[in-house]
Amino acid sequence: MSIDENIAGLSNVLLYSAMTAYLGSMIGYAADLADGGKEIRSAGARREAAAAAAGGSPVLTKTRPEAPPRRRRAAAVGTSLFVLAALLHVGSVVARGVSVHRVPWGNMYEFALTGTCVVAIAYLIAVVRARRAGLGGGRDVRYLGLFVTAPVLATLGIALRTFYVDAAQLVPALDSYWLIIHVFVAILATALSTIGFSAVVLQLVQERREKRRAAGGDVRGGAFMDALPASVELERTAFRLQAVGFVMWTFTLIAGAVWAQVAWNRYWNWDSKEVWTFIIWVVYACYLHARSTRGWDGRRAAYLACLAFGCILFNYLVVNIFFPGLHSYAGV
Amino acid sequence: MARTDGTHLDDLRDGYRDGQTSDGQSSDGQPPAPPTRPAAAGGAAPLAPLEFLRYCWRQLTSMRTALFLLMLLAVAAVPGSTFPQENNNPSGVATWIADHPTAGPWVERLQGFHVYSSAWFSAIYLLLFISLVGCVLPRARVHLAALRARPPRTPTRLSRLPEHAEAEVAASPEQTLEAARAALRKRRFRLDVHAEAGGGSVAAERGHHRETGNLLFHLSLVGLLLAVAAGSLFSYSGQRLVTVGSGLVGTVGSWDSFSGGVWASADDVPPFSLTLDRMDVAFEAQQTTQIGEPRQFAADVSISDAPGEPVRKETIKVNHPAELDGTQISLSGNGYAPVITYRDGSGAVVKSGPVPFLPQTANYDSTGVVKLPDATDAAGEPVQVGLRGVFLPSATVDASGTPVSGFPDLANPLLIMVAFTGDLGLDDGVAQNVYELDDSRLTQVSDGEGRPFAIRLVPGQSLELPDGLGTVTFDSVERFASFDVRHTPGQREALVFALLAATGLILSLFVPRRRVWVRVRAVDGDPGASRLEVAGLARGNDAGLREEVEGVLAAVQAATAGAAAGSVPVRDDGEREHVDAGTGRTPEEGS
Repeated sequence: MSIDENIAGLSNVLLYSAMTAYLGSMIGYAADLADGGKEIRSAGARREAAAAAAGGSPVLTKTRPEAPPRRRRAAAVGTSLFVLAALLHVGSVVARGVSVHRVPWGNMYEFALTGTCVVAIAYLIAVVRARRAGLGGGRDVRYLGLFVTAPVLATLGIALRTFYVDAAQLVPALDSYWLIIHVFVAILATALSTIGFSAVVLQLVQERREKRRAAGGDVRGGAFMDALPASVELERTAFRLQAVGFVMWTFTLIAGAVWAQVAWNRYWNWDSKEVWTFIIWVVYACYLHARSTRGWDGRRAAYLACLAFGCILFNYLVVNIFFPGLHSYAGV
Repeated sequence: MARTDGTHLDDLRDGYRDGQTSDGQSSDGQPPAPPTRPAAAGGAAPLAPLEFLRYCWRQLTSMRTALFLLMLLAVAAVPGSTFPQENNNPSGVATWIADHPTAGPWVERLQGFHVYSSAWFSAIYLLLFISLVGCVLPRARVHLAALRARPPRTPTRLSRLPEHAEAEVAASPEQTLEAARAALRKRRFRLDVHAEAGGGSVAAERGHHRETGNLLFHLSLVGLLLAVAAGSLFSYSGQRLVTVGSGLVGTVGSWDSFSGGVWASADDVPPFSLTLDRMDVAFEAQQTTQIGEPRQFAADVSISDAPGEPVRKETIKVNHPAELDGTQISLSGNGYAPVITYRDGSGAVVKSGPVPFLPQTANYDSTGVVKLPDATDAAGEPVQVGLRGVFLPSATVDASGTPVSGFPDLANPLLIMVAFTGDLGLDDGVAQNVYELDDSRLTQVSDGEGRPFAIRLVPGQSLELPDGLGTVTFDSVERFASFDVRHTPGQREALVFALLAATGLILSLFVPRRRVWVRVRAVDGDPGASRLEVAGLARGNDAGLREEVEGVLAAVQAATAGAAAGSVPVRDDGEREHVDAGTGRTPEEGS
């Protein structure tokens, strides 16, 4: 079957539009976080002043004051633009698939294109679910917006710049329905682990701020962090994302082994990509175990989650390109 | 990171944890050591041998050790991706050793070229699995008991639990209690109803299958390891390169290579025969950015399961192997086999047939050799002739003027070779690589002016070698296919265990383990009203606990609002009912 060059071109135009919208969305979310931080600070200052005026000593019972209900106009703009961007992004993915008459994850560029699309949709689902559940304040997941749009944009930029290949048919090695299953599960796993990693980083930063504040120190800079939930809440969110991600990695390995049996005549060959996916799986297993081992707190477990994400990046960026192996036909 | 919600609850929570010894991954799997254990901590007194062994076992099966071994496993797996491995890249190993004369022998000594069967890697995963079994089996015993256990008694002060809600409903205590029982039952709780003075309470628990899933996951991993190990003992694999028109039979001696597990032998190979009828290869020729990318590799073959059995036609493609009674034949490679005829100096045809040239690049620049040990030169003297060269399917020249192939398909086939005479080394009895020429005892045939005599042929051309060494003819080009014949028993078992492990993993991560208690008390002076309290306790973090508690409260409120007018619903199933006239103290709080 021939490649439809026009639809392939349309896919690229849609992607550029989506990236523009993501950029706008990112600015909106950043402004929201900046506003939030400022507001919380001034509210805290007011409360202290009021307490001082009342003659009592300014006792802050909570390190983080309750987020006052406010209209988050910037966040609303960010989310609206995000929805637009995600729609354009989905359009781009679909157009790419239509132009090549197959699933759009046959090479590294398409993997990045579809993977970021899954990240975007997962984020929107989280936003909608949080809103439907009527969870306000700290549970509003829009605080993650900036930390979703930024990596999505960065990934798309790198993919376009470095990995871009024109729409084309598959090489025979990839021409299997297992491509649909194995690679899609891998995309889901990578996407969830990416969002989970964002949450882990926020958790670590928040924890440090909390610790410093508890020790009576002054926390300077990064006022927007005050608009985020407490580190305990962030840790729970991160864990849930990583747990689902770990299940997806498990299925990636299983589906990969089944495909390997069909394609290479053996289900496990210690190919370099297999090795690194196995390493990712083991490190995430370490994270899940560490998290519930007495003597290992959330912070040390979180470092393992960061290490696991490092392995994912290594697997995608280094192993694919520099390590010889049976997976290297994936094409840059 | 505080995972407990308040210090005053720690005792209750720890009782919960150690009483069952089994959270997803939370406890270290030991049945709680009785505090009265004759403390080996009695000071610096040396441990008795048995005591020492027990200490070692306890260390090995502890969660910390398991975690450490797991991390070690991840680290130990890394060298297998940085060094070439014998099992999948033997030529890479040879090249690496040749390129690193100092480091090579050391890596070899440290088993770095077969990491995954090395002593140290095996030691790590075997210790890990022993630790796992030592951890999981006691937990399984505890869990079996827990499956039959009743929910713990309702604590006296429900308001001390992490989640707590209360309300007043317009229904009698009996009606309310019944509604609570029904609501919890609907939510799939295991429950006990306790009668108390002035009302009653329901103790309910759910999510036992969180631990079931956890045990299933770990035991399935053991099963998976056993299936893989058993499979590798009985598995075998062989490779054979087949040119179009010739065949492959289930006789290991005729194959290019064969390797088998400890308990596999050449006799296990089924007596099949296969003929390669046609090799269909296509490359991208249209699109400029993808030009030369492979598009189709398909081998049309005729297979017979055994001599005398009917012959069936099949197409073996990448991702589409042929199946033979548990043995799989897959297409692992393809290339060109120029058909070469060699007439020696006496004019006799010494060799005529396809010679496989192994592709070295994506454009199928292929290298190959022709060994002619039994030739006679023009003078009638026996002579050994060797030819070595490259085959270019679409010959062109690169920027430096070197002939290269510009496209993988046959557009402009060209054969370029040089000739040698001397001792081919075939009489030593040492096995030789058929694709390489050992030129240590050979002299290169020159063109009389000190330069190597170059043979450049297109299909149909012939060339006479100097010194009366005969004539080389390049007749045509055939294709060849490489087949991989492999039998891996235990695959199905491995898949079943892997899927069971995944199922167990999902249960252990996403089934919440919760306890909910409901207490109903009569309101003084109003028989048609009661005071309702719902409280919940979860193992570990459980974001859904609040919703559960509030949901139960709402369900009871809704049911009593409707049922207040009617009669008490009839109990339809027999739950145990404890009549307890006491205070309803729980063991935790009572002691």
